[in-house]
Amino acid sequence: MAHAEGQQHPIKIYLWIWFLLFVLSTFSYLVDYYHLQGYLRWSLIITLMLLKAGFIVAIFMHMAWERLALKFAILIPPLCLLILISFMAVEGGYTFLTRGAAFLG
Amino acid sequence: MAQDAQAAALSPLRQVAADFASDKQAFSVPWGKAMMWIFLLSDTFIFTCFLTSYMNVRMSTTATWPYPSDVFALHIGGQNIPLILIAIMTFVLITSSGTMAMAVNFGYRRHRRNTVLLMMATAALGATFVSMQAFEWTKLIMEGVRPWGNPWGAPQFGSAFFMITGFHGLHVSAGVIYLTVVARRVHKGFYEKRGSYEMVEITGLYWHFVDLVWVFIFAFFYLW
Repeated sequence: MAHAEGQQHPIKIYLWIWFLLFVLSTFSYLVDYYHLQGYLRWSLIITLMLLKAGFIVAIFMHMAWERLALKFAILIPPLCLLILISFMAVEGGYTFLTRGAAFLG
Repeated sequence: MAQDAQAAALSPLRQVAADFASDKQAFSVPWGKAMMWIFLLSDTFIFTCFLTSYMNVRMSTTATWPYPSDVFALHIGGQNIPLILIAIMTFVLITSSGTMAMAVNFGYRRHRRNTVLLMMATAALGATFVSMQAFEWTKLIMEGVRPWGNPWGAPQFGSAFFMITGFHGLHVSAGVIYLTVVARRVHKGFYEKRGSYEMVEITGLYWHFVDLVWVFIFAFFYLW
């Protein structure tokens, strides 16, 4: 059994990720605190969010050390959601235009 | 061939059961861990559906969306500090993720005392998070936020807020109970006898996922 002793990694790496998550969260709070707007705000929010999510999944949830089969099984299906999100974005935009025409036009 | 003959002797339904229950393993991890991952995958779909419907109503409303930075500001020391409670909640949850990761590590090292203490710390931080959320809900309800309206703009704000944070809060509360149960078992030496602390890691997976979801809610609901 390769996994008899489970996932064992130096404590140092957890402390590092913990520290990084704190720093990244502080940055994302500062994005709001300094009232950044527009594309700068959105790109910073998304970048910081993806970095935090990546560190949590890869290190805290040990995905980085799992075998490729498990990585594929868990990480690929959520990509379908990108289709749902883009459909709903198109739909939302359309509803907005229709409402604009009906309420204001 | 002998197995095939055996299977053929079973009724069709029994055959299905025998096939699905046969000793085949796709993932080289304990089954509990694989199942937890699959559960978390399904939970990912649920939370994405919530966040996507929130995106949809926010894009399609003609009313202005309430500015979260002001809505979630707290009045401290004579001035409004934007989003401060949410920031503190974020740090509480990240801290709890850190203590959980350490608990898993100490579990595999067979430090029972440290594992129990760190898991209880994680549960306590989770309970703190839920209490702060209860405070936030109370404050907003007193200010007149309802699922069908609020004083600042688009009525959809309330329903999206209560649904998303409510479902997340439910997950945190369930996690606190889950952590307490497993911590108690670690304390009693249950996993020592079983010879494996993988259950602590599986509990950790659930807890980190709750933190992970919060990262997305924080970005899309509170910061956007």
